[in-house]
Amino acid sequence: MNNLLGIGELERREIEELLALAESFEGIDLREVKKVPALRGRTVLNLFMEPSTRTRSSFELAAKRLSADVLNFSAAGSSVEKGESFKDTVLTLSAQGPDLIVVRAPWAGAAELVARWSGAKVVNAGDGGHEHPTQALVDLYALKRRMGRLEGLSVWVVGDIAHSRVARSLLIALQKVGARATVCGPPTLIPPAVEALGADVSYTLAGLQEADVVYALRLQRERMAELPLPSLREYAACYQIDGGRLAPGQLLCHAGPVNRGVEVDGRVVDLPQSAVLDQVRAGLAVRMAVIYALLAGGRERAAVQAVGGVA
Amino acid sequence: MKVVLREREINRALVRIAHEIAERNPDPPPPALVGVLTRGVPLARRLQAALARIVGPVPIGELDIGLYRDDLALRGELPVVRASRIDFDPAKRTVVIVDDVLYTGRTARAAIDALFDYGRPARVQLAVLVDRGHRELPIRPDYVGKNLPTAKREHVVVSVREVDGRDEVAIAVREEVQASGGVGR
Repeated sequence: MNNLLGIGELERREIEELLALAESFEGIDLREVKKVPALRGRTVLNLFMEPSTRTRSSFELAAKRLSADVLNFSAAGSSVEKGESFKDTVLTLSAQGPDLIVVRAPWAGAAELVARWSGAKVVNAGDGGHEHPTQALVDLYALKRRMGRLEGLSVWVVGDIAHSRVARSLLIALQKVGARATVCGPPTLIPPAVEALGADVSYTLAGLQEADVVYALRLQRERMAELPLPSLREYAACYQIDGGRLAPGQLLCHAGPVNRGVEVDGRVVDLPQSAVLDQVRAGLAVRMAVIYALLAGGRERAAVQAVGGVA
Repeated sequence: MKVVLREREINRALVRIAHEIAERNPDPPPPALVGVLTRGVPLARRLQAALARIVGPVPIGELDIGLYRDDLALRGELPVVRASRIDFDPAKRTVVIVDDVLYTGRTARAAIDALFDYGRPARVQLAVLVDRGHRELPIRPDYVGKNLPTAKREHVVVSVREVDGRDEVAIAVREEVQASGGVGR
């Protein structure tokens, strides 16, 4: 694996291997020394051009648990504010020789550009409305943990599908592992041709009881020019996941941040059938697996390629 | 392939090692055993059974050293990571690391490092079924099933019933190991 730019690059077998690897990393958290020396001497650059709490902290902690050095960059407080371009920022930081760049940016395709500009390996940690592949792996991991399987699961993804990179990566991932996805929301928040990702479409919550898993999505208001809804109240009345709509035995997922009272009723987030905190916990082990898979071994090969591929 | 130890000799060696472990660690608490994955684990289990008859129950754990190897960056392929399992607190007791073959000493070093991340043992000892020589680090075993002088081009192939279906230690040259698809060290 050279980069992880989109979940579609991974075959089902690779997804399953990453999930198994993540599982073996879980135990590290229970030790007295919560750190292994596997990536000593490697450098991971977290390049965050937009805000993030859980993705950034879990990438940073994951790299540190593997003993890599971590360099954190956020656009706020940097030369970006003096007008430095994204490309110049990437070239400047690449010149310091990171082995891996974790990219979060508000522009679709940003991670791929970074991979083109830099010799480092690249993980997409969310690029605009495009993809968030590690979140999809985290979701699969948490689902497998809680439901015991992925194959044949019925997952309803409810809310703002159109602006959600989480939903896009998740739908691709669910299709790969043999789960059934249904997207649900008002027509203005369902993107055209979403069926191409293997999902059924429903404009009401009427059929929700057939779901094993209900995945609620936040309204991505930072990506909307104007609210494509009559009002938040009406949206909540039609699509909010609350105690009445969520059946006992259905698992509730949400990638966070949660807007309690909009897409979900705050009370159901804290129920035992909510996997929200499982998703956060899974984030660490899964991101360790991704970083490890990209950086462990293979440095020699990279060096050989750099001098012209003479074996 | 030349077979150097068969089932009976392997079992006899393990029983002798169990007695030596009991003799060298007379003070409570009893020592704990930690098997290095893969083949150190069944060997540790057998030592545990033998020790049960001598000193009573002793705790046991499993150690995967994949993340502690000193050649991670040199290897082309990704080493398989398996979960370590240490359910007892290693602090303040003697821990005996159990492995099948002692060769360069690098695996033993990695195992010691890995073990320390679970706590600070009072004492660490090393038990191996076969010591084949050619150390590259200042490490020596405390308990040895059999000293086996080898040439570097030779491989020691250990098979244990729980993993390979039979108990056997054999010496092979590199080509034979590749042909048999086995794992030699």
